[in-house]
Amino acid sequence: MDTPVQLTIDDQAVSAAPGTTIHKAARAAGIVIPTICYHDYCTANALCRICVVEVEGSRTLVPACVAFVAEGMRVRTQTERVRRARKNILEMLASTVDLSEAPEILALMKEYGADAQRFPGALKRDPPLVDDNPMYIRDYAKCILCWRCVQVCASDAQYTYAINFEKRGFHTQISTFFQRPMPLTTCVFCGQCVGVCPTGALKSRRAWLLEQGMLE
Amino acid sequence: MPESDLSPLHAVLEELASQGRAALLPALHAAQDLYGHIPEPVAFEIGRVLRVPLAEVHGVIDFYALFSREPAAKTVIQVCNDPVCAMAGSEEFLKTLRRQNVTVHQAPCLGLCEHAPAIIVREAQRGHVKPGKITETIGEAPRSLLGGDIALLTRNCGTGRATALLEYEAAGGYLALRKVLTLPPDQVIAEIKASGLVGRGGAAFPTGLKWEGAAKATGERKFVVCNGDEAEPGTFKDRVIMEEDPHGVLEGLIIAAYAIGANKGYLFIRGEYHRAFKTMAVAVAEARAGGHLGASVLGSDFAFDVEVRRGAGAYVCGEETALFEAIEGKRGFPRVKPPFPTTHGLFGMPTVINNVETLRNVPLILTLGTARYRSLGTEKSPGPKLFCVSGDVARPGLYEVPFGVTIRHLLEDLAGGIRKGHRLQAILFGGAAGAFATEKDLDVRLSFEDLRAAGLPLGSGVVMVFDESRDLRDILLRLARFFAHESCGKCYPCQIGTQRQMEILERIAAGGALLSDAACLSDVGWTMTDASLCGLGQTAASAVISALKLWPRLFEGR
Repeated sequence: MDTPVQLTIDDQAVSAAPGTTIHKAARAAGIVIPTICYHDYCTANALCRICVVEVEGSRTLVPACVAFVAEGMRVRTQTERVRRARKNILEMLASTVDLSEAPEILALMKEYGADAQRFPGALKRDPPLVDDNPMYIRDYAKCILCWRCVQVCASDAQYTYAINFEKRGFHTQISTFFQRPMPLTTCVFCGQCVGVCPTGALKSRRAWLLEQGMLE
Repeated sequence: MPESDLSPLHAVLEELASQGRAALLPALHAAQDLYGHIPEPVAFEIGRVLRVPLAEVHGVIDFYALFSREPAAKTVIQVCNDPVCAMAGSEEFLKTLRRQNVTVHQAPCLGLCEHAPAIIVREAQRGHVKPGKITETIGEAPRSLLGGDIALLTRNCGTGRATALLEYEAAGGYLALRKVLTLPPDQVIAEIKASGLVGRGGAAFPTGLKWEGAAKATGERKFVVCNGDEAEPGTFKDRVIMEEDPHGVLEGLIIAAYAIGANKGYLFIRGEYHRAFKTMAVAVAEARAGGHLGASVLGSDFAFDVEVRRGAGAYVCGEETALFEAIEGKRGFPRVKPPFPTTHGLFGMPTVINNVETLRNVPLILTLGTARYRSLGTEKSPGPKLFCVSGDVARPGLYEVPFGVTIRHLLEDLAGGIRKGHRLQAILFGGAAGAFATEKDLDVRLSFEDLRAAGLPLGSGVVMVFDESRDLRDILLRLARFFAHESCGKCYPCQIGTQRQMEILERIAAGGALLSDAACLSDVGWTMTDASLCGLGQTAASAVISALKLWPRLFEGR
């Protein structure tokens, strides 16, 4: 067993095994670092940057979900710089997608005093809902591009590779090959993508029909 | 080529199949060239033969601007509409294209800033274009515009054509490589470390340290990569070197490979740089035929070969790990660092990746010797440096100077000063990812230490000059458009921040700034700077933040 690494998180002495992420070390010490894209069973990609923290000696903020603890590291999770970045990322997210079915993100917005109306006239991502198979619907107006669905469909779980990305930058969307309807792809309807979606962008078609009042 | 005829595609794929996914970008380039776009059956075949999941083939096609799933007109023309070309009349030029049967792409900076306004028509670079009928001979063929106090890095440039192998050797070329092959690799690394060479791509990392890291790292294979994905608006130095002195770059790459023990190298060249790509490919073929590459480099027991790769329209691939992803046949998403390329680079192996100008310095250092090399420049910034001067100066062009001359010397003595009848308003330093300088900075010396003290980034050596008649709000909007277009979309701060930054600047440039806009712009800017995953996002607001400090009134709302 490797010797544990000693560090401080918000001035609290923390001990963690080498190879532990800052996020996990903090969690074990009872310090909550917020996350959005992170999922315990998916590869962490440091996409949302909500988990950024200040590490002494580092020029930029550091994503706690992928950065490892190091001996003597001094981490601060609630500095002004950190809070500004988190608040601003939440505000930008709210100006871009429909977060109405993302309660965890809405709670974070409250906690950080984020203003959903910060960006007047901002372009939203608002593509039409895709209802192309009997199992689940895809409402990408709610998609925050956390990549979880793409990852569980690929090498994080199912190895079906039915979905990937379309376009890039702000205009990125999740798509099948040449936008083929899902039954014409390699999708095996395992439902794992629906299970990991944090915003209701992917939803059981039956649940959706019930919400629409289209089923008894 | 009708898209129902897959036989020419199969011929290409047969050659590429053994590379698997790593051949995805070359295969898509071939398909784009054959069919004018990449239709579904063609994409399907490529995925099947190279064993890439179809959804990922789709993802890769969509990531790169030079690949398209939609058919285009027979003539595709790329028009640069970034600051320098816009100031030289690209907007007027674009208007006249509407009535012609051509597909127009408003391209990010084409690296032809000294010939603005610039376009590419059917792979041909054309500069100083004026409104008129589009042909391959519109405007002028750009010819390198060189100047400066010295000509070491550019000694073989300025002829308007590529220096062939025999000429290069006649001028003392490949002597450095011959010498290196007689030395132990660690001695080569020691020489590069002693020279004080740091990377010329923008990050200024010590080259010798990078080489040492990769030499010491363990891996079953190692790679060297030349980063020729030059796309920082205002930068054209690497294009000129690759087009006119390809062996100077190649020699540097071979020496790097010898130093770290790599047997395979890649030259990754920006997709829009057709001429540089062809020139480098010819040089590699010459070097292979001449025994400078292959199983026994110049008769030694060192084996090394090079593959020349084309980018496909993505500025972010200039970021080293995104460039690896592109070579590996993936979307050009930058990777999380650490781990760094010296231990986990291309295909997960120890890799040295250096910029074109950096590699061109290598044979120079070994030929001159460290002492003579260091006699140029300053103590902390030794050696020669290329600066790309564009915009409102009398003589835009590529200038080679020793580090340590002043900005004033570069602009007034070398580039002929501000264009006639005008005065200096601002200089964008370091590129789109740079910062603004003004009159008060003219006596700052061009060295890493002096520029850092003045708060100016050296970046990729961009010096973009604006006179008093230019609307800086319009310039900023164009820079913001560039970043919004080039953001890969991986991390949220840059994915959304570049879009919001552009929207706010659109409002400001149109004279309709809101009271809240300056504060929003600053918050978005600092969030991108502090929290983005890669250098693109971290510098996407750099010029805007510097303008907010220098000219707060530009951003005032009602």
